[in-house]
Amino acid sequence: MRTADVVIVGGGIHGCSTALHLALRGLRPILIEKDYAGRHASGVNAGGVRQLARDLHEIPLSIASMGLWERIEELVGDDCGFESHGTVLVAETETELASFRARVEDLRLRGFTHEELIDRAELKRLVPAVADHCPGGVVSRRDGAADPFRTTQAFRRRAIEKGAEVLEGVTVTGLSKVGANWRVETSAGPIEAPKVVNAAGAWADRIAAMLGEPVPLTVVAPMLMVTSRVPAFIEPVVILRGRKLSFKQLGNGTVVIGGGHLATSNRDRNETVLDWDKLAISARTVWELFPAMRAATIVRAWAGIEAFMPDGIPVIGPSSTSEGVFHQFGFSTHGFQLGPGTGAMMAELVATGSTNTPIDGLGIERFR
Amino acid sequence: MTKASDLASSYELVVIGGGPAGLAAAALAARAGLSTVLFDENPGVGGQIYRAITSSPVKDRAVLGEDYWTGAELAVEAKASGALIVTGATVWSLDPTRLVGISIAGQARLIQADRVIVATGSLERPFPIPGWTLPGVMSAGGAQTALKAQGLVPSGRTVLAGGGPLLWLLAAQILRAGGKLDAILDTTPRVNWLRALAHLPDFVLSPYFSKGLKLLREVRAKVRVIRTDRVEAVGDDRLREVVFGTGDGERRMPADLLLLHQGVVPNVNLAIAAGVTHAWNERQLCFEPVLDGDFTSSVPGIAIAGDGAGIAGGTAAAERGRIAAIAAVRALKPAASAPDVQIIRQKLRREEMGRAFLDWLNRPADSFRQPTGDTIVCRCEEVTARQVRDTADMGCEGPNQMKAFLRCGMGPCQGRLCGLTVTELIAAQRGTTPVEVGYYRLRPPVKPITLAELASLPIAEAERKAVER
Ligand SMILES: Cc1cc2nc3c(=O)[nH]c(=O)nc-3n(C[C@H](O)[C@@H](O)[C@H](O)COP(=O)(O)OP(=O)(O)OC[C@H]3O[C@@H](n4cnc5c(N)ncnc54)[C@H](O)[C@@H]3O)c2cc1C
Ligand SMILES: Cc1cc2nc3c(=O)[nH]c(=O)nc-3n(C[C@H](O)[C@H](O)[C@H](O)COP(=O)(O)OP(=O)(O)OC[C@H]3O[C@@H](n4cnc5c(N)ncnc54)[C@H](O)[C@@H]3O)c2cc1C
Repeated sequence: MRTADVVIVGGGIHGCSTALHLALRGLRPILIEKDYAGRHASGVNAGGVRQLARDLHEIPLSIASMGLWERIEELVGDDCGFESHGTVLVAETETELASFRARVEDLRLRGFTHEELIDRAELKRLVPAVADHCPGGVVSRRDGAADPFRTTQAFRRRAIEKGAEVLEGVTVTGLSKVGANWRVETSAGPIEAPKVVNAAGAWADRIAAMLGEPVPLTVVAPMLMVTSRVPAFIEPVVILRGRKLSFKQLGNGTVVIGGGHLATSNRDRNETVLDWDKLAISARTVWELFPAMRAATIVRAWAGIEAFMPDGIPVIGPSSTSEGVFHQFGFSTHGFQLGPGTGAMMAELVATGSTNTPIDGLGIERFR
Repeated sequence: MTKASDLASSYELVVIGGGPAGLAAAALAARAGLSTVLFDENPGVGGQIYRAITSSPVKDRAVLGEDYWTGAELAVEAKASGALIVTGATVWSLDPTRLVGISIAGQARLIQADRVIVATGSLERPFPIPGWTLPGVMSAGGAQTALKAQGLVPSGRTVLAGGGPLLWLLAAQILRAGGKLDAILDTTPRVNWLRALAHLPDFVLSPYFSKGLKLLREVRAKVRVIRTDRVEAVGDDRLREVVFGTGDGERRMPADLLLLHQGVVPNVNLAIAAGVTHAWNERQLCFEPVLDGDFTSSVPGIAIAGDGAGIAGGTAAAERGRIAAIAAVRALKPAASAPDVQIIRQKLRREEMGRAFLDWLNRPADSFRQPTGDTIVCRCEEVTARQVRDTADMGCEGPNQMKAFLRCGMGPCQGRLCGLTVTELIAAQRGTTPVEVGYYRLRPPVKPITLAELASLPIAEAERKAVER
C-alpha cells in the first residue's frame, strides 16, 4: 500500500502550491492530477495577479499572496513572467465613479489601503489609450500579471524538487476512512494518508460528495481571446465593472481580452464550446474603449473550466463532515492570484491545525 | 458577389472548401434537394489541384496537363446544381454544435448547419532544413500557385528539392511553361523501396502508374536529378547557394530560388478545433481524422472528405465528397433520390489502390522531418530545433505544454508550419511515439480575424434586448 503524509487532489495552481508549501514544511505529499498540471483553469487563465476589487473575505489571503508573488522567483526558481504595472478599474460614468469612491472609503475604514481612487488626469496618465468618456477609476498599484501555465508548472517542479510526488494522468475515484487514515482510491491503485486536500477545481464538488458533503458548485467556462502583436500602448491591466471586460497587453505585444463572458462546457469531456456572440460583445467593448485596437487581429480564443460558488468566493478550510480533509476550491474565476498565498496558508492549516491568515467566512459550513 | 448579410442564418448542408471534394459534395447534395452553401477562402473554386480553374491565365492546356482541366467540369456542375457557392469566404470557426463562423470582405457571420462537410484539403508537409526561412527559399506549392493563378514561372537559377509525386508534377509544369530547373535534389531514401515493393502490384494496376512513369521520364529528360540525404540553404540576406550531400561528399550549387516539397498532409486545423478525434497514420506520417465509411467523424453531423480525410489525391477527393454528401442526403431527406453509393465506393477503391506504394516509397527520411541544432522549427515565433529538443529533455511531454515554454505554434499560422515537426521532435527526444505525444490543441479562430470583423457580427437577439432594457 502506497502511503503519504497528505494526498492532494488536483494539480492546478492551488494543489501545486499546497504541495510545495507542505514539502517545504518537511511533509511528504502526493499530488494526484487526472490530466496534467495546469491543464485547466490554472494554465489557461488571463494571468491577472489582482488584489483590486476583491470580496472582503478574500482580502487577507490576497494580500498574503501578493507578498509571495513579489518574491516568486525565490520561491519557485522561475520568475513566472510576473510583472507589476498595477490593475486599473475604469469608471465609464460619474455614477460608477461615485460607487467606486464609496468602496475605496469603506476599505480604508477597515484598514486596507491597496485600492486608490484616481481622477481623469491620473487615469489618462496610467492608461493614455483609454477613451475620453471615462471620468476616473481605481488603481491597485502593486497588482500585475504572470504567465499562468508557466507559473503552475514552476510550482509543480519546485514541489517535486522539495520532495512532493506528483502523479499525472491519474484520477481520484473514491475516499473512505480506514482507521486513522484516509484511503484514496485512484485509477492507479489506492493510497493511504492521514490528511487529504481537495483542490479539484471545477470537479471538487464530486470529491466533497464522496464525503457526504454536497456543495452548490456550478461549472463555468470563462472565455479569453488574444490578438497578434501590436506596438506597446498600455501597461496596467484594465478592468471594467459595468460591461464585462478585462484587458491586458503582454510584454511580447499581444493583447489578452477577457472579462467573464462564458462558453458552454462539459467537464466530463474536458470540452468547451465558445460563444462567439459573447466574444463579439467583448470585441465591441474594446472597439469603443481602445480605438487603437480596431485593426488588431484575433489569433486565438479559448475557455477554461472553472468552479463558481453562489456567493462568488471560494471554499477554504476543514471539511465539516470528515476529520483530516480540507477544502481549497471554488475560486469563482479569480483564484490565480490567490494560489501562492492560499497554498502557504493551507500547508500551515494541514500541518499545525490552525493558521494565522484569517479565512473567516470561507468555510464549507456556510452552505449547510 | 455574395455578401455576409445575404446569407441565410442556417443551411441544411455547409461545405467548407471548394476543391474537388467540396465541389462534388455540394453539387450532389444540392441536386438532391438539400439547401447547400459552399465556402472557400480563395477568390475562385478549384482547391489546390484545380486552383484558379475558372480564371487561370495559362491557356496552353498542355502546360498544366489534362488532369487539371477536368476540374472545370466539377466547377460547372457545382454551379449548376443550385448550391450557393461563396468564394472569398474564410471559415474561422466550426464547433461541435455545427455553428460555422465565416468572414466575407471584412464582415463576419455565424451560420448554423444541420450537417457539415469539411473539405479543406491538405497542406505541404513542413520541410525544416537549415536556411529554409531565407528569402529565396519557398515551398514548391507556393510556386505552383503562382503558376496556376498568375502564369508566373520561376526565373533565375532554380533548384527543386524533396520528393513525392507533386514534386515531379510541378517540375513538369514549370518546364512545359518554359521555365528552367538547374537541378532536382531527390531526397527520397532508397531504403523506402523495401517497404514499397510489396505494394507494387497494386500500384501497377492503379491509374497512377502510367501517369507517374510518363512524368518521371519527361522531367528526367530535361533536368539533372541528384540523390541526396542532406540539403541546406545558405545565404546572407537571401539565398546564395544550395549545399547538399552526395555519396562522395558535399556539393555546393549557386542558386536564386530553392523550391522545397516533401509531400502533403491533411489540413487538420478546423477538424481538431471542432473536437474531431484524430489518429496517427504511420504510413503517411501525419495525423488524420478518425472516420467511418461515410467519412463521418466522431462529432455528430460533421464529415470530412477529400485529402483532409487522409491523402488520396484529387480524383479520390471528389468520390469521397460524393459519399459524404449521400450520407447527408440520407440523413436529412431520406426520400430524395441520390446516386448509388456502391458504385462510387468502387471507383474510390480503384483510386486508392496505388496509394500504399506511393506512401511507402515517398516517406521522407527522419533527418528531413526531425531537424537538429539551430534549424528553425516554428517560423512565427522563431523557435529552433535545439530549443524544442532541450525543452522535451527538461520534461515537457507534449506540444501544448511546449507552447507555454517556447510559444511555438502560438503565432498566426496556428501550427500549420510546425505542428508535425514539434510532435515528432518531442517523440524522438523522449523515446516515445507521436500517438503518445499528440498534436496541438487548436483554438479558434482557425484563421485570424480582425477585432473589427468580430465586432461586426450581427448583434444577437439577447444582447439587443439587454441594451433596450
Ligand atoms: C500546395 C498544394 C498543391 C497541390 N497541387 C496539386 C496538383 O497540382 N495536382 C494534384 O493532383 N494534387 C495537388 N495537390 C494535392 C491536393 O491535396 C489534391 O489531392 C486535391 O486538391 C485535394 O482536394 P480536396 O478537395 O481534398 O482539397 P483542396 O483541393 O486542397 O481544396 C481545399 C479548399 O479548401 C479551402 N479552405 C481551406 N481552409 C479553409 C477555410 N478555413 N475557410 C475557407 N476555405 C478553406 C482552400 O482554399 C481550398 O480551396 C496539392 C496540394 C497542395 C497542398
Ligand atoms: C479564462 C479564465 C480566466 C481567468 N482569469 C483569471 C485572472 O486573470 N486572475 C485570477 O486570479 N484568476 C483568473 N481565473 C481563475 C483561476 O484560473 C482559477 O480560479 C484557478 O486557476 C483555480 O485553480 P485550481 O487549482 O483551484 O483549479 P484547476 O486549475 O482547475 O485545478 C484543478 C485540477 O484538479 C484536477 N482534478 C479534478 N478532479 C480530479 C480527480 N478526481 N482526480 C485527479 N485530479 C482531479 C483537474 O484536472 C484540474 O487540473 C481565470 C479563469 C479562467 C478559466
